[in-house]
Amino acid sequence: MERFIERNIKWLFPLPAAVFIVSMMAFPVAYTIWVSLTDWSMTSSSAVQFVGLKNYIALFNDPRFFNAVKLTLYFTGLAVSVETVLGVGIALILNREFKGKNFVKGILLLPMVATPVAIGLAWTLFYEPTIGLGNYALQLLGLPASKWLASNTSVIPALAIVDIWEWTPMVALIVLAGLAALPHDPYEAAMVDGANTWQVFRYITLPLLSPTILVAVVLRGIDAFKTFDIIYTMTAGGPGFASETLNIYAYNLGFGYFKFGAASSALVALLALVLGGSLLVLWMRRTWEQ
Amino acid sequence: MKQKKHMDYLWYGLVLLVAIPFIFPLAWIVLASFKTQAQIVTTPPLWVFTPTLENYQSVFVDQQFGKFLWNSSVIAVGSTLLSLIIGLPAAYTISRYKQKVLGVFILLARLMPGIAYLIPWFILFTKLGMVDTYTALIASHMLVGLPFIVWIMVNYFDGLPHELVEAAQVDGCTLQSAFLKIVLPLSVPGILTASTLSFLFSWNNFMFSLVLSSDRTKTLPIAIYNFVSYAEVSWGSVMAAAVVIILPAIVLTMAFQRYVIKGLTAGAVKG
Repeated sequence: MERFIERNIKWLFPLPAAVFIVSMMAFPVAYTIWVSLTDWSMTSSSAVQFVGLKNYIALFNDPRFFNAVKLTLYFTGLAVSVETVLGVGIALILNREFKGKNFVKGILLLPMVATPVAIGLAWTLFYEPTIGLGNYALQLLGLPASKWLASNTSVIPALAIVDIWEWTPMVALIVLAGLAALPHDPYEAAMVDGANTWQVFRYITLPLLSPTILVAVVLRGIDAFKTFDIIYTMTAGGPGFASETLNIYAYNLGFGYFKFGAASSALVALLALVLGGSLLVLWMRRTWEQ
Repeated sequence: MKQKKHMDYLWYGLVLLVAIPFIFPLAWIVLASFKTQAQIVTTPPLWVFTPTLENYQSVFVDQQFGKFLWNSSVIAVGSTLLSLIIGLPAAYTISRYKQKVLGVFILLARLMPGIAYLIPWFILFTKLGMVDTYTALIASHMLVGLPFIVWIMVNYFDGLPHELVEAAQVDGCTLQSAFLKIVLPLSVPGILTASTLSFLFSWNNFMFSLVLSSDRTKTLPIAIYNFVSYAEVSWGSVMAAAVVIILPAIVLTMAFQRYVIKGLTAGAVKG
């Protein structure tokens, strides 16, 4: 028995994990693709019928779908770009030894590990137009009140602020680790040449750091694209469809209207976008490194 | 010299400016959880007030949060333990024998948007009569925990010297017992990183529980979400519930800070 296990360890060890991944991931994805080719709906009692690409044609004729693509890109782009700038800035500030450094790092971790649903609800209270802290702060600064989540134009920035609050620390911590791993020689050379702080940052730190920053941007980009908890708890896609990102759109089709066929076609489109985007990034990174 | 001291104060001020925005909303949640509804809706906001425990009482007595705490714990611990049991051996052979195909599958599982599984899971678990069971919830949460654990541990095992295992094998030890007796004890830091994060992902998970749990297995994130579906939102209770959910996550993070940082930033710097 012992010998048998040892001889076949190559496939015995990963077998349970592989079976699990195939049955809980690969099979459901294949099933979703199949459902997307049917008219499956929980609200109709007639038998499920194969309808070919009908759901996809409907999807590509649905303005809500394109609205969702646009909003997802808007939300992701806004959140990730602000997170990158702030995150790099924070990392540069914290990049030295000081008393209480670990404590500050600990504080930075908190927004990331705090339960998003609870955070979403707390920010909903902050954004409350009459009693919320948001408008109180604006008033203190002498700025006009905002409708935050209640207006078509401010809802995505308001949601992005929550994502920025949650995830800027992640960019900061990644960049901080990257800064710690930088070589010392170029800095010494620059000191000898009498470069100023800005020049050192612009011509030494930034170029050396850019692979790390790129990884942080990609990781955040993929996650921000998939944001669900915050948006679902705070607006569920509203007002109207003003914050209905792809995730929320697919969820609403599936579990709001129980149109499984139509929702599955939206999910396949979402999958294609996420996987296509990830592959593109991997490919770009490889050509960039060469 | 004096100039330098001034710069130091300035810099500490800057650090404070960085830290406050991240801690403030959390501090405000704690503060609000001890306020009455009337105190919460007052503007300008109250900084000093007589604290009340009313909200916590409502959360634990009226809303039975003890039950949801239990459900969340069972599911987070269960999914993490099971993911470790099947993930650690898999990570070991993926690392040792360079099993690329499996490695790619695990990476895919990490990239996939979880929402892609919701419809098939809902249909299948409904057919099997497993909606609202611990089994279904643990299995679904494992799909987040397992790929993460394997991914972290493959990197960790890559960094271990293989000579130790080979030496043990020369001494007549089988590979599987060398894995149990030598590799795993050496891997405690990696395992701590992976399991802390896996626990947190499950604890915070909303989307899977939203579809697969109901009265019997309702987890904390679903329970707090249900608060706001009432017409009149009792903000104090929502904030108290938020504290109950967030506190364990924060305590765990503080206890394992080094490992959490490693896990969250894993793989980012190496490349």
